[in-house]
Formats: sequence, C-alpha cells, structure tokens
Amino acid sequence: MIDPAYRKKMVVVEGSYAVAHSAKVCRPNVISAYPITPQTHIVEHLSQFMADGEIPNCEYVNVEAEFSAISALIGASAVGARTYSATTSQGLLLMHEALFNTSGMRLPVVMTVANRAVSAPINIWNDHQDAIAQRDTGWMQLYVEDVQEACDTLPQLYKIAEDNEIMVPGMVCMDGFILSHVYEPVVLLEQDLTDNFLPPFQPEDILDPEDPKTFGAFASPDTYEEFRYLHEQAMQKALPKIEATAKEFEEVYGRYHGGLIDGYMLDDAEIVVMAMGSILGTVKDVVDKYRAKGEKIGVLKVRSFRPFPKEQICKAVKNAHAVVVLDKNISIGTNEGALFTETKSCLYNSKVRVPVIGYTIGHGGRDIPVESIAKVIEETKKVAKSGITIESQFMDLKEELL
Amino acid sequence: MSKTAPKTYITSGHSGCAGCCDAFAAKFTLMGAGPNTIVINPTGCLEVMSTPFPYSSWQVPWIHSLFENAGAVASGVEAALKALGKKDDVKVVSIGGDGSTMDIGLGALSGAFERGHDFTYVCMDNEAYMNTGVQRSSGTPFDASTTTTPAGKVSFGNPRPKKNMPAIMAAHGSPYVATTSIGFPRDMIRKVKKATEIVGPTYIHAQAPCPTGWGFDTSKTLEIAKLAVETCLWPMYEMENGEITQVRKVKNPRPVEEYLRAQKRFKHLFTMEGGEEEIKKIQAIADWNIKHFELQ
Repeated sequence: MIDPAYRKKMVVVEGSYAVAHSAKVCRPNVISAYPITPQTHIVEHLSQFMADGEIPNCEYVNVEAEFSAISALIGASAVGARTYSATTSQGLLLMHEALFNTSGMRLPVVMTVANRAVSAPINIWNDHQDAIAQRDTGWMQLYVEDVQEACDTLPQLYKIAEDNEIMVPGMVCMDGFILSHVYEPVVLLEQDLTDNFLPPFQPEDILDPEDPKTFGAFASPDTYEEFRYLHEQAMQKALPKIEATAKEFEEVYGRYHGGLIDGYMLDDAEIVVMAMGSILGTVKDVVDKYRAKGEKIGVLKVRSFRPFPKEQICKAVKNAHAVVVLDKNISIGTNEGALFTETKSCLYNSKVRVPVIGYTIGHGGRDIPVESIAKVIEETKKVAKSGITIESQFMDLKEELL
Repeated sequence: MSKTAPKTYITSGHSGCAGCCDAFAAKFTLMGAGPNTIVINPTGCLEVMSTPFPYSSWQVPWIHSLFENAGAVASGVEAALKALGKKDDVKVVSIGGDGSTMDIGLGALSGAFERGHDFTYVCMDNEAYMNTGVQRSSGTPFDASTTTTPAGKVSFGNPRPKKNMPAIMAAHGSPYVATTSIGFPRDMIRKVKKATEIVGPTYIHAQAPCPTGWGFDTSKTLEIAKLAVETCLWPMYEMENGEITQVRKVKNPRPVEEYLRAQKRFKHLFTMEGGEEEIKKIQAIADWNIKHFELQ
C-alpha cells in the first residue's frame, strides 16, 4: 500500500526524462554526450533543460563522437567540474580506451548507460553486452531494476565516486528501451533533498595555474604496478561505501533499492535466482507464484557488478540448495555469462558449497516470458536434488534458425 | 617584444634526446602563453620525456590523456573553466605532434574547432611518428625515408606530399592560423602569444626537426629548421579568418638540395639512380610555395 502523501509526489514520465531530471538536480558543470539509440532521449531532455536555462553553471559540449564525449569529461573533471554523460552499445565501445584513462587518472565521471546489444549483427535492443565488455576498465557499474532506481542511483554514484578515498568513475546501467523508454510512475528527485544529500564536488587535486599539477604522467615498470594496486584498493573501499550510501539515501528520500545486492524472499530460499537489471521484476512475479504454492524460491539482485560483492554473494546463497544465474550477456568462448562465471569464482574461494547453474538470456532484446523463468526454476530444482550442475545454456534458442 | 626573453615554464632535466625539437617547441610555446596556462598534451615524445613519474618538467598545470583525444580534452578543460567561472584568467593550450594532430587525433581536433572552443592548438611537426621509431605520418614530406616508407630498390621513400594541415584548420573558420618554426623562436613566441590572446580556436603549425628521425647532428636542430624556411620548403605565414595576412619573406631562397643533403632521411636521393629527378620534384614544391605564398 503506497502512502497517499507519497503517491501524490508520483508522476508518470518517460524513464529517460526521469534520468535526465536526476542528472540535472545533481548539478553537473559539464555535460558531454553524443546521441545514440536508446540513450538519445536522455541527452535530448538535458539539451532542452540547457536551452531553458534550467541547469546553472553548466556547459553542454555537443561532441562529434562518444570518444570525444568521454575525453571532454576527462578534461573537465580534471579541472574540478562535476561531469555527466550518457551512452550505450557502440558508443560505449567507442569510449573503451578513454574509460581506462578516466579511471586510471581517478576522475569521478558519472555516466548513465542505457544498455544495448552490440554489433554485428546490428541490433538496437537491450541486453548487457555493452557494459559487460567494459568490466575491466576500472569503472564502478551499478545495474538498476526500474526507472526509480535509475534516477535514485545517480546522486548515490556521484557521492561514492567523488569520495576522496575512492575517486573512481562509475556507470549506472539501465536496460535500454525497457527502462529508458517506459512510462511509469516515479518520484522525480527533489532539488533541495539532492543538495542536502550530495555535497559539491571538492577534489583534492585539480588543474589550476595557482598550484600546477601533472595529470596522466608516464609510469615505468618501477611505478606502474602500484597505480594498479591503488586503483583496486579504491574499488575495495567503494564496497562499504555503496552500502552506506544506499542507506543514507534511504534516510533522506525514503527509498532503498539495495546496496551491493538486494534480496527478495531470500532469507529462507532453497532455490535462488540471481540476475541484474529489469529482468528482476519478471523473476519476482514468478517467484510470487511459487511462494503462493509454498515453494521456497528467492531472488538475489546483484546491483553492484563492479566492485563485485564476493562476500555478500557468498553469504546470500550459503543456505540455498541450488542457485541459477541469469545473464543478459555472454563471454564468447566460455559459453557463460559474466555474472555466472564470477559467482562461481567467488564461491570457489569460500566455504559455501552450492550447485550453481547459468543461463544466458534475452540477447538483442529478445523477450523473456514468465514461462521461461518458471522452466529455469524447474531445472534448478532438479539440480538441487541431484547436485549435478549442467553446462550454461542459451535460453529459448530457436533451433529452426540454426 | 622586450629584450629580456620571457620566462618559460618547462624545466630542464627531462629525458629528451640531445637537440630535441619538442623541448624547444614546448619551451617557446610556454614563453608565448605565459604561466596562466593549462597544457593538454596528447601521447608522444614530449609527454613521455617530460613526465617520468614521480618527476615532471611542467611548471604549469598539465594533462595527458590519450594519443587521439587532445582536442576533446581541451574542449572539456575549456568548458569546465567556463562553467566554474575561471575562463577569463586561464589560457588553454594543447601541444601535440604531427601524428596525434594530423592523423589519429584529427577527428577530435576538428570537432573542437568546429564547436569554437577558446583554446590554442600547437602542432610540433617533426614529420613522422618519432616516439615509436620514425614511421610515416601524414606530415611526412615527399620522398622522405621512414621505417614504414623506407627508400628501397623500387622506392624513393614516402610517395605523398604533406597534408596541408593549416589550410584544414583555417577551413574550420578559425580566427587565427599560423605556421612557424622552432628555428625562429621570436616568431614562434609572438605567434603563440597572439593566438592565445584571440578568442576562439586558434592553430599554430610549428616546424620541429628531429635529429634522431631526420638524421642530423644533435647540435644542428635550429640550423636545420632555419634551412627549411630559407629553402622555402616551410613557408611561414599567418591567416586571419581564412585569409593570409602576413608572410615571412625569403629574399634569396637557397636550393632545396642544401636542406636535403643535410639529412639522412633524404640521403637516398643522392645515391639512387633517378634521385636527381626526385630532387627536382622537391624543388618544384618549394617553387610552388614561393609563388603561392608570395615569399619573395
């Protein structure tokens, strides 16, 4: 039951509008982006806000490509500006080299990724392959379940990224079209609450003629490794900060979407379904049906993919009889999705011994019906009994097309 | 200009080769731009030799991001200074080589100029990828031998003339484009100063001979640079809003042979059969410059 006072605050808007509004109230100083489907509406709305003079002390750089979008933000962030961009798919891939450079220079750029499949074949619909392909770039990656979370995670991520102990860039990964183009009820972030929650960006080191500093120097084998180590340490420091920031956000705004992970019917679950992003809504619906029949099925939402919450995941599944991981991506050559591989990896180094199976699903925007989720759960129940795990597989492959 | 040379803001002690052209170019650029400058440096010799962590030769704020994005990083620096209300006091200058400027970074640089960001881009053109071992760039002149366009039994070296970069930048509607040479420090300092004082995207194309890549004695860098101008292979001019407004005259042009003979990269033209014909073609380039830029 939604509190009527809260309901009054809700509006039905397009996901992209809500995200653009969120970016606006975070008070960015430089926005730089290149339009690409399905991110386009986010940058169009921001452009309109700029045209209407609604974002004070902000410059919008209409770049000629995504590579320059992220590069401009590297320069801007180094000067001490809070920076924002949004992209997807080929655009995110085009940024790849500069993503490493952003994080290596420890510039807390924040970006929304409207996740989309990658070419070839060209496909504009949703899966997570684009962001998963950037998993080693040293950026934080938070995957969101719905539009409200896509909005609410932006100020959280700025707060985490701009912490002087962390200084690591981050992306909010929201499912393209499914969330970017959906109209659903949300509470648009209030400016006063956001100002209260998110302090101005105050980096310790900036490009300033008053106190000249060198950014992006050349490091030899004598020093390079230590930069990598410190970067990893910063990511580890982000783990508790992500948890704490989600709770702080809840105190200010009254909403909580999980920290590193979140559970649904998880505490006593014998079968756990793990996933990231908007698919979790469908999974929860299916789980509700199982729970109505008295079956102990639960959901483990992974919100933070980078940093990867190894400890939290091990703890969350330790009493389960079997776990199934649904991945909207595949690491070609392993026959597995990335979340599946990493989940197994962290369990191996723990005392938790649970059979884990994986499905790679929903490629290029293919719909994932409740029947398929139910089928997966049935397979997982078999695994729980037999203890025999199976090779990861593609869900609902059309054999006739092969 | 006052008789006292302006102060520069790059220290000695860097790891550049003896006679390094980039060190001169960076020095003269900062002598023109002054201390209130943020420098953006794409990947290249200059970046590698001036910032071996934890040391830095830069006494102004300096950032290196990647090989191909200096134009975009400069755009972001300028936009951020504007947004934060600091632009009036601070100059934004990018210093890159011919590879990062004319080849891999051309897209980002073109974008920045088309958008009209207020910054100055200085290309130190040493006419090949010197940082990776003297490979051809689009700044490499006709018939120069590089490691990817070597002279051989059936080749006189690089088969194409230099890309006309100043014309490309002027075509973006830049208010100020100039060519200069590290062989003429006063000219370079004056032009950089002028460029950084003009609002909008301005471009300086500086000739920067590389002793290692070109094959001449390390004491001769500035001499070779002067020779390029005196043989009319490197015309020095200024363009304002697309029009040539000033040209450095060369009263008695010297034959290109003098310039070519002084460098190992053109050595094959003096030993191979048909080399004389090639030298004539290079003389024709100089003659065209004399006519086109009215150098005499």
